Amino acid sequence: MRGLLATAAVIGAALLAGCGEKPQTLDAKAKGPDAAPWAASASSPFYAADWKGGDKAAWEAQIRTRNQGQNDYAR
Amino acid sequence: MARMKFICDAERCIECNGCVTACKAENNVPWGVNRRRVVTLNDGVAGEKSISVACMHCSDAPCMAVCPVDCFYRTDEGVVLHDKDVCIGCGYCSYACPFGAPQFPTNGEFGLRGKMDKCTFCAGGPEANGSDAENAKYGRNRLSEGKLPACAEMCSTKALLGGDGDVVADIFRTRVLNRGKGSEVWGWGTAYGKPVQTSMAAPTEVKK
Repeated sequence: MRGLLATAAVIGAALLAGCGEKPQTLDAKAKGPDAAPWAASASSPFYAADWKGGDKAAWEAQIRTRNQGQNDYAR
Repeated sequence: MARMKFICDAERCIECNGCVTACKAENNVPWGVNRRRVVTLNDGVAGEKSISVACMHCSDAPCMAVCPVDCFYRTDEGVVLHDKDVCIGCGYCSYACPFGAPQFPTNGEFGLRGKMDKCTFCAGGPEANGSDAENAKYGRNRLSEGKLPACAEMCSTKALLGGDGDVVADIFRTRVLNRGKGSEVWGWGTAYGKPVQTSMAAPTEVKK
């Protein structure tokens, strides 16, 4: 009887294994070899007018500003 | 900063294909490859709806899961990119992607299929930011220039929104509330219609 219950539990666990959700946090492998977008690159003539490479906070502020450029209700 | 995402407002898209043109021009995308395209539902019928579709940079991307050579990676900003030096052009990602994002240049006989090409959220590839090598393989890296994808930034009706997922969602939510609408704009109601409750009977679908 105990063996039967154990077998049922194993089968049940196997059947329910697909119902879980995989964690979506970034791991080291998923990040890849790419440099951060705010990292300073060779002086680019295409930088946004009021931003210079190498400053993460300034980059995020720049992206937020650009994002709000798409918001009609914030103009 | 949250993950970078696109969303297209079907109430605003006028099927001008400006986003497609901007993408091709900005990234020097070759003939036969469309990183972005506009899909129209009920084309030619009154009330038709269009949406602009490209790689949605999934949080749990099926293309990454099926790639046999593991050429995909995700950046800190949540952008799904791939390494063309590793890609073997097998096409598995094309079958796995629900949006038809992976594209393959066909420049020869006998169904020759080149290395996969897709939307990079204007974030280039693994090469140095803004380098010629990156530009040649993946196109422009606008993110490293402090800019957002060209398709979203030049959309004339601001139907296509791209950027920080939280901000984009807030902009869209504000629009929906200002229209005085709810799920029928983009959600269950759009996909399946509104159920009508009849007396003593199960909900039935409204004929569209």
